[in-house]
Amino acid sequence: MEEKTISNSRRCYKQWLWFMVLFMSFSVIYVDAVWPMPQMISSSMARYTLNPREFIFQYSSGSSAQPGCSLLDSAFERYYPLIFTDYRHDEWFRFPFTVVVHVERAECEGYPDADSSESYKLSVCSGQAALRAETVWGALRGLESFSQLVYQDDFGEYFVNETEIEDFPRFQFRGILLDTSRHYLPLHAILKTLDAMSYNKFNVFHWHIVDDPSFPYQSSTFPDLSSKGAFHPLTHVYTQIDVKRVIAHARLRGIRVLAEFDSPGHTQSWGKGQPGLLTPCYKGTVPSGTFGPVNPANSSSYQFMTRLFKEVTSVFPDSYVHLGGDEVDFTCWKSNPDVRGFMLKMGFGTDYTKLESYYMENMVNITKGLNKTAIVWQDVFDYHEKLCCSSLSVVEVWKGGCYLCEVRRVTKAGLRVVLASPWYLDQPGPTHDWARYYTVWPLAFKGTEQQKTLVIGGEVCMWGEYVDATNLSPRLWPRASAAGERLWSDEKMTSSVIDAFPRLVDFRCRLLRRGIQAEPLFVGHCRHEYQGI
Amino acid sequence: MIATLKFTTLLLAVVVCRATQDYGYKDVEEPTLGDSQYGSLWPLPQKVQMSTVAFKLSGVSFQIVDAKESSSGASCSLLQNAYRRYDEYIFPISRMQGQNKKKAFASDVSELQVWITSADSECDNYPSVTSDESYELSVDSPVAVLKAPKVWGALRGLETFSQLVYEDEYGAKSINRTEIQDFPRFTHRGLLLDSSRHFLPIKVILANLEAMAWNKFNVFHWHIVDDPSFPYMSRTFPQLSQQGAYHPYTHVYTPSDVKMIIEFARLRGIRVVSEFDTPGHTQSWGKGQKDLLTPCYSGASPSGSFGPVNPILNTTYDFMAMFFKEVSTVFPDAYIHLGGDEVDFSCWKSNPDIQKFMAQQGFGTDYSKLESFYIQRLLDIVTTTNKGYMIWQEVIDNGVKLKADTLIHVWKGNQQQYQAEMARVTASGYQALLSTPWYLNRISYGQDWQAAYKADPQDFNGTDAQKKLVVGGEACLWGEYVDATNLTPRLWPRASAVGERLWSDKDVKDTNDAYSRLIQHRCRMVQRGIPAEPLFTGYCAHEYKGV
Repeated sequence: MEEKTISNSRRCYKQWLWFMVLFMSFSVIYVDAVWPMPQMISSSMARYTLNPREFIFQYSSGSSAQPGCSLLDSAFERYYPLIFTDYRHDEWFRFPFTVVVHVERAECEGYPDADSSESYKLSVCSGQAALRAETVWGALRGLESFSQLVYQDDFGEYFVNETEIEDFPRFQFRGILLDTSRHYLPLHAILKTLDAMSYNKFNVFHWHIVDDPSFPYQSSTFPDLSSKGAFHPLTHVYTQIDVKRVIAHARLRGIRVLAEFDSPGHTQSWGKGQPGLLTPCYKGTVPSGTFGPVNPANSSSYQFMTRLFKEVTSVFPDSYVHLGGDEVDFTCWKSNPDVRGFMLKMGFGTDYTKLESYYMENMVNITKGLNKTAIVWQDVFDYHEKLCCSSLSVVEVWKGGCYLCEVRRVTKAGLRVVLASPWYLDQPGPTHDWARYYTVWPLAFKGTEQQKTLVIGGEVCMWGEYVDATNLSPRLWPRASAAGERLWSDEKMTSSVIDAFPRLVDFRCRLLRRGIQAEPLFVGHCRHEYQGI
Repeated sequence: MIATLKFTTLLLAVVVCRATQDYGYKDVEEPTLGDSQYGSLWPLPQKVQMSTVAFKLSGVSFQIVDAKESSSGASCSLLQNAYRRYDEYIFPISRMQGQNKKKAFASDVSELQVWITSADSECDNYPSVTSDESYELSVDSPVAVLKAPKVWGALRGLETFSQLVYEDEYGAKSINRTEIQDFPRFTHRGLLLDSSRHFLPIKVILANLEAMAWNKFNVFHWHIVDDPSFPYMSRTFPQLSQQGAYHPYTHVYTPSDVKMIIEFARLRGIRVVSEFDTPGHTQSWGKGQKDLLTPCYSGASPSGSFGPVNPILNTTYDFMAMFFKEVSTVFPDAYIHLGGDEVDFSCWKSNPDIQKFMAQQGFGTDYSKLESFYIQRLLDIVTTTNKGYMIWQEVIDNGVKLKADTLIHVWKGNQQQYQAEMARVTASGYQALLSTPWYLNRISYGQDWQAAYKADPQDFNGTDAQKKLVVGGEACLWGEYVDATNLTPRLWPRASAVGERLWSDKDVKDTNDAYSRLIQHRCRMVQRGIPAEPLFTGYCAHEYKGV
């Protein structure tokens, strides 16, 4: 509680305690509003009317962020219409309402990063709201929660109940992967997804930007990569301006943009604009005309990668970069006499996993030289485990089966983990199964406390084989919201699918109201249905 | 017809399957992609001869016009509207202004002449089950000619013509010399949308009627009411939607909405067959019509819940008579779908009045006899409105006596079972309509359009006479998990597979050829503004601009 900004705070504080008790004993119904569930929330029946014309956001006098903090100024602008979704101008005067925002450290022009604090405290009390956060990122999360506390009655009047929230994320890394290679996603589809991510408190946009089918990233160093490797060199590319726009849009919502340039496999499209990069496959003693993974035996491959990643790491400000490293097919390498010669020279025998490890190690060292932390898919760790190397730092677990066994292995090796296996949302599955993504317990493996802290979060993957702008949003939302709550909220408070269902139904209607094309969970209706086609 | 999981089952299922999933993103059987000799035609016409000789279509001077000999002219607004629509499809970017009207080049197609050959064009009629949809299209320079006995065939031919046009590498519109003779394999090519489980805004219904026309569907089966809500606003019984809709103003179809949908469909040669499903699936009816539903009993006292329509009260039949009299005037089509599926007998069994009635009638404890009793009386009522009827298969499974021209809608079972049912129904001399393999609300990972494509309604053991009784089929998109947010991409292009099966010759079944045409057809739908989802990795020149 901030004594300076909230008068009469003692009264609310008492109520707060009282409701904490009530909450713990009955799990009160008034806490339904916010998705994902805050770590601690209580509210009362006492409510305040909000008049859109008498509603302001304000910086507290002691806040280090003050007017001019572009990040919060624009957040206020954004949240006003999100709160007053159908503000009618004929509202007559009722009571003024102020949201006082206090931020300890104003990093208004910075980028969110792996160690950014997102915690906040929100107190709606005595006819106003006080939002306190250590960082602007926490303030953003708090604004989102506040906007979800506001509701309309049948006459269109806006209300917010007296509420106390103390909140912070369970996991620091809460990501969504979009695949812009298998299908090109127009910029507006990406920006819209970022909007929806912020409503769900996701904080990492994992941009799987290139892959076998196409190379839409327009590189300033190697423009041929997209001019030859994209589906179309003008209409199906992301220019530097597009990329900047995505990063800026994400930043304003407290979302990191994690770029993935997957190699040495999944690189067919690279080869079109960069001759000599891929391994020529052989049929007997002659080249077959097809190409395999990046050629790990050529030093020119590493020179190219160094220059490309130098560009990539300067374009994408995040301290992480994703190097891929999954699903490398060895048959082409095996067929190539130069690669075989290199294997011999390096003493790898016929173990091609050693060759891949060698390649990935070089890649990790390149990114280290650029002061970035590398993330790799689990395949790289699986090979490395045998070789016992320590250059890795973050491993993304994606394979099915006993994925927690893998999490256990990776954390035992002292490496950090991002978990994706249970959240492959591009699979529509046999049933319409948001609950499958909700009942995931990322820490339910045998391991030390230290191991558990190495699980830094999880990620929803929306691979693009069958997904483009026509069906992306309804396939992603609200199913990703289920993962969103798992990654943000306390597990004990959110273990019940039955309890979550009505909250998610309401939240899905809220997403619709905000223009997100979120599909229905079951039979029913929203007051305001989606109006597109 | 709605064999889907109930929510509680869903929750249980979820916990069970959690650990059993196995991923791998390359496990999909992908058809080989080549170029089809038929370009992007979908559904494939009965007879196509396409030459490699290409003509240009001038963006300035090309026109679609009535042929001089045509029995239809400027007063036929159905065709005039269609000309404008197809002109916009062919030239999606605004046409160049006409001041610079150059003469057509020799290699141009300057006109498409539309020639309605029979004396009565049927321009102002509603399409019906007997409407002639055949046409002949001859594309040559300088004129292309589309001949059709009726406007319905002309509509189908216009769609085909628009599908023949392509962009050459300089962006110029081109078309090859082509001869087409075409007619549908089946007369009933339907699509069911469910506006009760979720309300579907008018805009969504209209957009899908549009897409239906591109796929040569001709029946919109409007499953308009059901248990969850009653959005149909009845003039005779306005309280049905006032009490039974999700919301009495924002979630209803007013009489003028319904009229607009019927007219929009007519202009595209699509019939609107409404379904008012009884005696089951009627929970929402009970809210606005007291005493219509059967009060369920818990022991000796009413439990407060209600079951199917109460079949033992005269007031029930008085209500139905008035209600269906209205429905039969609102919906001009010659058929009404009466439902009749999934009647749960437990509530009837619990009710002492019904038990007494059963005894009186000598039904014993066979409640399907009671259902038959109800359906029989309902059919008599509907017969007085001069409408034909369609019913779900349970009605005939339960042995209800039906008029000879009744259409039986088969929806249950696996392949073996539905084929046996088709055989049984047609052996009894009834007309049959197949939906079982085309429940498109069911989704799976990968290219499931192929399964829909491979199913064939005449694929069962039976005589030629029996096969003739198969009038077609319907793709169904039930609404448990579908509303405006995901309906269109879930439906298209998967429903297109059904569209070709029902229109084209039965020997058109080369999946690779279909794949090549369907990919292009899907991109065409996207370009025309329908968010049809992708079949696999790849791209369209013009991606979807919505979201």
